[in-house]
Amino acid sequence: MDVSQYLEIFLDETKEHLQNLNTQILELESDPENMDTINEIFRAAHSLKGMAGTMGFKRMQNLTHDMENVFSEVRTGNIKVQPEMIDVLFQCLDALEEYTDNIQTSANEGTNDNEILIRQLNDILNGVNGSNQTEEAVAVSDAPVGGEKWNDIVLEDSQLAVLKEAKKQGKKVYGLNVVVEAGCVLKAARAFLVFKAVEEIAEIVVSVPVAQEVEEEKFDRDFTLIVLTEAGLEDLVKAAESVSEIEKVLGGEIDLDQPRPEKNAQKAQEPVSPKEEKAPQTPVPVQEAVKPAAGTAQKQAPAGGRKQAPAKPVVNRTVRVDIEKLDSLMNLVSELIIAKNSLVSASSQDQTKMNGSFNEHIEYLESVTTNLHESVMKVRMVPIESVVNKFPRMIRDLSKKLNKKMELYMTGEETELDRTVVDEIGDPLMHLLRNSADHGLESAEIRAERGKDPVGSIFLDAYQDGNNVVIEVRDDGNGIDVDKVRAKAIERGTITQAQAANMSDKDIINLLFLPSFSTAKEVTDVSGRGVGLDVVKSKIESLSGEVEVKSTLGEGSTWTIRLPLTLAIIQALMVVVGDEKYAISLGCIQILEDLSPSDIKLVQNKEVIHLRGTVIPLIRLNEVLDVESSRSQDDNLIVVIVKKGDQQVGLVVDELIGQQEIVIKPLGKYMKQCKFISGATILGDGEIALILDTNALI
Amino acid sequence: MMELNTTNQVDVLEDERKKVYETIQYIVIRLGDEQYGIDIRNIDNIVRMQHITRVPKMPAYLKGVINMRGEVIPVMSMRLMMNLAEDEVTKTTRIIVLKLEQEGNVGFIVDEVKEVVSLSVNNIEKVNNNSKDEKTDLISAVGKHNGELISLVDLSAINFEDN
Repeated sequence: MDVSQYLEIFLDETKEHLQNLNTQILELESDPENMDTINEIFRAAHSLKGMAGTMGFKRMQNLTHDMENVFSEVRTGNIKVQPEMIDVLFQCLDALEEYTDNIQTSANEGTNDNEILIRQLNDILNGVNGSNQTEEAVAVSDAPVGGEKWNDIVLEDSQLAVLKEAKKQGKKVYGLNVVVEAGCVLKAARAFLVFKAVEEIAEIVVSVPVAQEVEEEKFDRDFTLIVLTEAGLEDLVKAAESVSEIEKVLGGEIDLDQPRPEKNAQKAQEPVSPKEEKAPQTPVPVQEAVKPAAGTAQKQAPAGGRKQAPAKPVVNRTVRVDIEKLDSLMNLVSELIIAKNSLVSASSQDQTKMNGSFNEHIEYLESVTTNLHESVMKVRMVPIESVVNKFPRMIRDLSKKLNKKMELYMTGEETELDRTVVDEIGDPLMHLLRNSADHGLESAEIRAERGKDPVGSIFLDAYQDGNNVVIEVRDDGNGIDVDKVRAKAIERGTITQAQAANMSDKDIINLLFLPSFSTAKEVTDVSGRGVGLDVVKSKIESLSGEVEVKSTLGEGSTWTIRLPLTLAIIQALMVVVGDEKYAISLGCIQILEDLSPSDIKLVQNKEVIHLRGTVIPLIRLNEVLDVESSRSQDDNLIVVIVKKGDQQVGLVVDELIGQQEIVIKPLGKYMKQCKFISGATILGDGEIALILDTNALI
Repeated sequence: MMELNTTNQVDVLEDERKKVYETIQYIVIRLGDEQYGIDIRNIDNIVRMQHITRVPKMPAYLKGVINMRGEVIPVMSMRLMMNLAEDEVTKTTRIIVLKLEQEGNVGFIVDEVKEVVSLSVNNIEKVNNNSKDEKTDLISAVGKHNGELISLVDLSAINFEDN
């Protein structure tokens, strides 16, 4: 069956299900007993499996199948929801997302089998049905557990050399044997944590089985390490034991001069190793039989994925439209046809009768087109939900990674924005949220010291404000330390000492938006490389939006993003300069003023006006645009006061035409040189008017 | 040996045929007293002179933008690009709209659009662009037609970024 025609629908629905799963699993984490959530997850996983199967994406189907099995057990109450399980499930979702991305770019799910995940899922399942343990586990468990196995490890010459060299430098060589609890569900995860804990204070030279096999859970209940450290044995053991579900940790110093067992001798003594070497070949889980050569496939996967990345997506972007919106569109189009027909019949009537009815029809036509336009715009609008829904999961992951407690509160997910804007806004928002999580929020201890709730709060609020949509990212963290930014800016040479003294706090904070400016003391992989905020700013400006930050030291910061509702059509004020018509977006206009020339004052040889307590600089548009003004010197001035953030500027124009809804057309490549023209629009008479970008003028 | 001969002959015949049949159609335009030919395959449309909306802060030859069926397209003065005097709009002035691969549609103002000629390949002679003169840079070849010479302009080769 050719299913390619369903690919788009499949991708759309898969993404929806994945998003749903993400949200539900997050909910499950906070409320593990909620039956509704579990049922919902089960349903979503089930549909995903079915869809993937129908489309012939076997790997995806396998993974979802195993996930579904786990959910099914959870549903019947055989498995209790545990934090480790949630982690595995999230990893599964990430893997599924990867499949989906691959399918989107290449119509192929890729070659990553995600064996580890499948195994972990199976382990979760097997944790319940103890009798159903895999052959491998049964076979290996015959081997003795624990003991001073490090003395039996065969060391390669190079390893021995390393150990001896280190010993000369005063480091000590220890052997460690770690035994995992019998009932442990996620042995690999535990082992990984042990590795991590040990690595903090020591260097692991040898691990039996090797680290990769341990991570793939190819060990029974214990594993042995040889480490180099300056710390004492007790610390080492303690570090390893600090991981939960570890039964016991045995340690001892290794005497390198003692004769070590020969390779073949060890084989006879140690029944564990040979079996473990065999393990990869034993076809144990069902999945392995389906996909041979999984190991190599996995290694190839990342490289292959990178190669495919620049390829054009195989599916087009789509907007899912509410059927009601389409119905109203259909109605309007039929009305349009009626209007056209009545115009045709009117034109065939004799002249005298015609005039009256003609105007009537024109009016009718006008109202239909206005409504039609509104409806089409609505079709392009999608709620920002689709973007912000992934954030709770991100904050959860960040919270674990940064070891800070935090909670994300979102409002206004239903706020609608143009599809193109919604697609682009995800990254900047993510940057800001990461920023808040990493730099904004203090650690729990400091928060407690300051009398704050130890759990930090990040708020994401979206709402419509006139022709704009405002998205606010707020945190109750430390806020921006203006003095620190100032010091940093001087240190970096961004501003001079004298400049710094004259700059307001606000100006200083705005320095953060400059390229490569980061105040984070430590560079973390979450944020702090100084590439974030300027990218945020330029991205938002490319969407004709603006970003602002307000911050109170010790109380938190608020980042405000203001975006136009839609990029294609705006409300604009039409003005005349010389003999040319220009459009100014209504969104940035504050007020129109009629001033006499005597109101103009000169400050530093620049024209300003004093208006209700504020001094506003004037820009004579005819000078900027190189045209002759049609007004004489003594005439009153028509001033359009526009704002950019908190700045105000008065634009002097010759005439006002009025407010109009305009369709923005791009000017094309050649005309990019003109910075303060953001586009053009076609007026009713077919003439073109240019759109002034007031942000570039200020 | 025989086989080789026949294939050779076929090749020769093919070449001959190509020479006869491969003709390129050019639209002949007039700028002042000179005639230029533009490859018809590059041309999207020819429209009458209409109001051009000036875009400020642009080089002189970039005249502005016009509205063509709801699309905003830039218009340039071919005269200014050829270092001729400023355009004088007459009844015969036209805007030739070219579709360029990279930049999309672009309009060029010309004094007159005269005719369409078919030039066979052997009536076209390439010219070497050794001189630094911008005007001749645009001329890629010279075609002979009814005893007259037509400079063939390759507008797709213009690099606007430099200006």
